[in-house]
Amino acid sequence: MIAFNKYYNQFNILSISLVVISLFLLTFKGLNFGIDFKGGTLIELRSTDSKINVSSLRDNLNSMNLGDVSVKNFGNETDFLIKFEINNNKNIIEEIKANLDKSFGNTFDFRRVENVGPKVSAELLKSGVIAIAVALTLMLIYIWIRFEWQFSLGAILALFHDVLVTLGLFSLLGLEINLSIIAAVLTIVGYSMNDTVVIFDRVRENLRKYSDIKIYDLTNISINETLSRTLITSITTLLALLSIFFFGGEILKGFSLAMIFGVIFGTYSSIYIANTVLVRLRVSQKTVLREDESS
Amino acid sequence: MLYFSKFRIISVILISLFFILIASSNLFKFENNLLNKKINLGLDLQGGSYLLLEIDNNPVIEQKIQNLSITIRNYFKDKNIRIKNLKILGQKLSFSVDENFKQTILDTFNDEESELNPYYPRFKSHQLDITEENNIFFVNYSTQGIVKLKTSSQDQALEIVRRRIDEIGTNEPNILKRGNDRILVELPGLDDPMRIKSLLGKTANLTFRFVTNNDQDSFGAEKLSYEDESEEDALVSKRIILSGDNLLDAQPRMDSETNETVVTFTLDRVGAKRFGKATSTGIGKQLAIVLDGKIISAPVIRDTIASGSGQISGGFTFQSATDLALLLRSGALPAPLNIIEERTVGPDLGQDSINAGMIALAIGFVLVIVFIFVKYKIFGLITNITLIVNLFLLIGILTIFEATLTLPGIAGIILTVGMAVDANVLIFERIKEELKNEKNNLIAFDSGYTKSRTAILDANITTLLAAIILFFMGSGPIKGFSLTLGIGIFTTLFSVYFIARLLTVLYVYRNKEKEGLI
Repeated sequence: MIAFNKYYNQFNILSISLVVISLFLLTFKGLNFGIDFKGGTLIELRSTDSKINVSSLRDNLNSMNLGDVSVKNFGNETDFLIKFEINNNKNIIEEIKANLDKSFGNTFDFRRVENVGPKVSAELLKSGVIAIAVALTLMLIYIWIRFEWQFSLGAILALFHDVLVTLGLFSLLGLEINLSIIAAVLTIVGYSMNDTVVIFDRVRENLRKYSDIKIYDLTNISINETLSRTLITSITTLLALLSIFFFGGEILKGFSLAMIFGVIFGTYSSIYIANTVLVRLRVSQKTVLREDESS
Repeated sequence: MLYFSKFRIISVILISLFFILIASSNLFKFENNLLNKKINLGLDLQGGSYLLLEIDNNPVIEQKIQNLSITIRNYFKDKNIRIKNLKILGQKLSFSVDENFKQTILDTFNDEESELNPYYPRFKSHQLDITEENNIFFVNYSTQGIVKLKTSSQDQALEIVRRRIDEIGTNEPNILKRGNDRILVELPGLDDPMRIKSLLGKTANLTFRFVTNNDQDSFGAEKLSYEDESEEDALVSKRIILSGDNLLDAQPRMDSETNETVVTFTLDRVGAKRFGKATSTGIGKQLAIVLDGKIISAPVIRDTIASGSGQISGGFTFQSATDLALLLRSGALPAPLNIIEERTVGPDLGQDSINAGMIALAIGFVLVIVFIFVKYKIFGLITNITLIVNLFLLIGILTIFEATLTLPGIAGIILTVGMAVDANVLIFERIKEELKNEKNNLIAFDSGYTKSRTAILDANITTLLAAIILFFMGSGPIKGFSLTLGIGIFTTLFSVYFIARLLTVLYVYRNKEKEGLI
């Protein structure tokens, strides 16, 4: 049996620091919103001329007064991703095409064009935030119905921890937040909850079974009993996610990365946050028995 | 938990076979109608354009307010009430009346059966709101009035957009209303979104009006510029001789005399009559052909044209003449449309995404299967068979509903593969624990299944909640992800509790006495 409970304090301090750092990053550095939430234009280009590079492409586009333009390689040397701010010119794509053809000859294939206006991006951001809020609320209601309030608090804290730290990491690394990241965050919410609930289920079962074991040791027993399940499921989920990350193409990279972070944090928080809340709230056999009587 | 009746066993096998057959219809062609179904590929996989158009209703409201000013004046004139200081203030009207008529005005507007201000009997709200301030009345559209106006202009715009897209002949376009002032257009496999965008971006409001040389024209005049800026701006009368509504047909044609591309048009009866009259009285004058506030050309009338057909020249290329003819045939939009969101994926990127998604699925699948087999041996094999059937079930259900598969949808399938083993793992781990205290294999397996049930349900409900929220909140590709993730939960539960359990039961009954079974 691994003594997870020995490190409850240390890991609580670590988690609190991580959350504080994440909040700090989110407040002061902010998130790198993609065009879905900020508005603007994204163009994915493929060049047939391998001599064209990011800087020559950037110089060309900078001459067009597009405002803040970002140009980078996308997956390989001949693929480029161009992004720029909201532009009121309706024919901007055609003009860029003409300008590129003039400078580089007809070497570019426009593989993808996305253009999001200010109104739509504001709506997408709003619905994204609402989606996450509704998800958290529903989870809260579900867990509140299923478990005693101490458990609910533990699960919700673990959930907030996972979402905040994942977003904090995205802020730190400057990774782009787009629609698919919202999907990833919601899946993380589901996954983290799932993990926590399985352990809590066992904690409650053990609470009913043993009256003489303190919650501090009881959580440890429960974590150990469910440990192989926790690990196997995390590993298979990570295997699936890693194959999306490495082989699923550039478009799914951000999504799978967010999920990979989320699964790791979710597994960690089920053990070290959800359970320590039970310990700190001094949950005992009485907690579950009282609930059994009243229901 | 361990008992399976013969009937159940057969049902499970039949259901599985059915879905395997359905899923395989994506690869083979079946003659049967039920089987002749396929998963639709989303725009991000097959390539195509997604356009969200917003109708700018402000010009419509302003136009309606202008018309309303005339209606109001005439309506009260018949009642011998003189409307004074009638002013149009954008989307509002203001006027005043003599003191003794003030109550009559208010009563007329607020009458539930009012002819001037309808809607009340149906919507319990009038079309127009009237307010009074310092003896001046203000009239504007009520919230209900605006809603009605928006839905009606949306209906018209939808019809015109459909006609224009049908004229271009793209395959299986999807044109839908969004809210009360938006139209969503999905064009699969489109190779030239620029052309569609420029066609949808034009209101195509065509008018024939005389060029005048004084601004004393009784209808008023306005200065308009030429489309191709070839000539100086011209003063054009506001009196409309003909409008696009009078057109029956328009076609691009090569004029054999001038070797120029022109657009020929045919007018309806009313239009032909008016055109004939205008051309006979206006010989020697310039008739401007105005499209969306720009002059295309302003030829001098040489003869009376009574045939009801004519042609428009204006330095067209064959493409621009074709497009203009198309716009004229399909009619004018009630209001300008703005493209507020566009997502276009080229067909080769779509194919690359399909390939990448399939490779990721195959690799993820193999990794999970190998891992599970190494971990659980014979029960790993059972889990893996379950996983394969699960995948067929999932694809089968998507096929039956002819659902749309997107790239994030493929990610959802891969994620389902990763998470589907969870339920089996929960069960097997529980059985292992039970076997520590229970020597009878059957009892241990049975209680393993029973005791893990709540955890499995909890775990799946949480993921399902997330998927449902995503489905209702998310747009486009995200919906595809939540769909596969959500359906995946049901197929997982089915395959775990029926298929995996069936296989487990068969195996355990044969090895009742064996120790260290799992």
